[in-house]
Amino acid sequence: MVNRLKGAFVAEQKMDVKALRRKAIEFRRQILEITNSAGSGHPGGSLSAVEILVSLYHYKLRHRPMDPHWAERDRLIISKGHASPVTYVALADSGYFPKEELKTFRKLGARLQGHVHRKVPGVELNTGSLGHGLSVANGMALAAKMKKKDFKIYCLLGDGEIQEGSVWEAAMSSAHFHLNNVCVIVDYNKIQENGLVSEIMNLEPLADKWRSFGWEVAEANGHNFEDLKKALDKFDRSKKPYVIIAHTNKGKGISFMEGKSKWHGKAPNKDELAAALKELEGQEKS
Amino acid sequence: MNAIPTRDGFGTELVALGKERKDIVVVSADLEDATRAEFFKKEFPDRFFSLGIAEQDMVGTAVGLALEGYVVFASSFAVFMTNRAYDMIRIDVCQNDANVKIVCSHAGITVGEDGATAQCLEDLALMRVLPNMVVLCPVDTIEAKKATRWMAENFGPCYMRTSRAAVPVITNEADPFIVGKANVMREGKDAAIMACGLMVSEGLKAAEILKKEGIDVRVLNMHTIKPIDADAIIKSAQETGAIVTAEEHQMAGGLGSAVCEVLAQKSPVPVEMIGMNDAYGETGDPEGLLKKYHMKDVDIAQAVKRAIKRKK
Repeated sequence: MVNRLKGAFVAEQKMDVKALRRKAIEFRRQILEITNSAGSGHPGGSLSAVEILVSLYHYKLRHRPMDPHWAERDRLIISKGHASPVTYVALADSGYFPKEELKTFRKLGARLQGHVHRKVPGVELNTGSLGHGLSVANGMALAAKMKKKDFKIYCLLGDGEIQEGSVWEAAMSSAHFHLNNVCVIVDYNKIQENGLVSEIMNLEPLADKWRSFGWEVAEANGHNFEDLKKALDKFDRSKKPYVIIAHTNKGKGISFMEGKSKWHGKAPNKDELAAALKELEGQEKS
Repeated sequence: MNAIPTRDGFGTELVALGKERKDIVVVSADLEDATRAEFFKKEFPDRFFSLGIAEQDMVGTAVGLALEGYVVFASSFAVFMTNRAYDMIRIDVCQNDANVKIVCSHAGITVGEDGATAQCLEDLALMRVLPNMVVLCPVDTIEAKKATRWMAENFGPCYMRTSRAAVPVITNEADPFIVGKANVMREGKDAAIMACGLMVSEGLKAAEILKKEGIDVRVLNMHTIKPIDADAIIKSAQETGAIVTAEEHQMAGGLGSAVCEVLAQKSPVPVEMIGMNDAYGETGDPEGLLKKYHMKDVDIAQAVKRAIKRKK
């Protein structure tokens, strides 16, 4: 990766895949722990986005955790605002706030609200109602162009989320304004609250949809770091707004959660947490 | 009396601001000709963005620009902006406390011939219930200019309602315009009319009618719906003992409700309300519609008499 600015927190040019895999397991552990402790939350769509966020925070993003408002930082908008567990875990891991604070997730008086909130250092936008993030990302991208700044705007969208028409209004705008500084990542885990995306409201042919809207499209295995790296690096050379369709599994990493819509918005109880952590322990050893 | 739509004041002042400041940008959804944001577009095409007929995207884009430090004016018709893009206004603008100024023309029954779908009679209510939002309804083109400048100079979400119809110019450049502070347009001791927008002129005409009958009525220009001027409301209630509210809006949720919220808690007095009574408008000429839906000077005058009669 090109170091676009000296002094920035730019992760290693080479990806230490082994270290990132360990990090992913740690992220999953914490996602399960904080949703269990909160007694509610959205583990499924957080587990599916783990490798995406690890890749961003530990490989791709130009950022300074000690200076969250640094003007030159890359912006990341979590448009699927219910992916708060993985977002907060990633931010705490990078040092935006103490890990200790993760225990306050969803509790009264906490900064860590159920859906991501700007009070939390590192969060760019309050979200939760779906279909909002890309328009805001476009606004930031227009601002970057006007100010001749080279920071990039990343935007994480859920697959169910892109059933919202406003996403396509925004997708049209990104191309219209030639915003090649916008990178969307679709967490395509194929499951939404009430079942399969393909059955509830089919998105396919998804890549063609984005292409027809004027976007450059990359597809990646969203749990494979090398694959994500390749797709993220290609964005740097894109002449168009760029979307990575990241194929993922909802509930990834926990056998009894994978592919199950009921884990979209349900926290594991004590026994389920224990079983899940045991599985993660096994993955750590392998 | 000179009559000019308040949207013209908005467009004119926007250009003045654009000349003074580089951080003013404008977004629009293909109605800039009608909202008068076009004045800015012609002068500063590089700082003007058309999002097409996509109000949700327009509001989100405005927020992105605002979070990067720009003062963003977003304009459309009141129906499309406040109704269709409400979720974006609530979350993106207000919850994120983004420095976005929402300016909507074509509010009220005087939109006229375009009919019920185009006549926004809910905007003040919808915008007023949002925390962080300031809600303005200038009385004439001069006040619209002052309100536009105030919004640019003060950080935070704002909503300003402007008119399509030409409205009488009843203030002067030198008159004070302080957000959150009602302007007394006419003193009086028997009752007080609290109105916004076009209805202030109707209220002043009503006061003239009543004067002939020996009734002395105060008229307040409530250019700020939120924060509402509680002090002025309480003072008028205590000094006159009867209040009439008047707005080109649903009776429920708008200026009348805001006034009643203050009165009920602080200084209850008889209130009569002028506005749309839980109905949608219809096609027709503005003047005819105002008559049909009882929003004329004579209607206000009758309401004042009813309120006075209810005094204990």
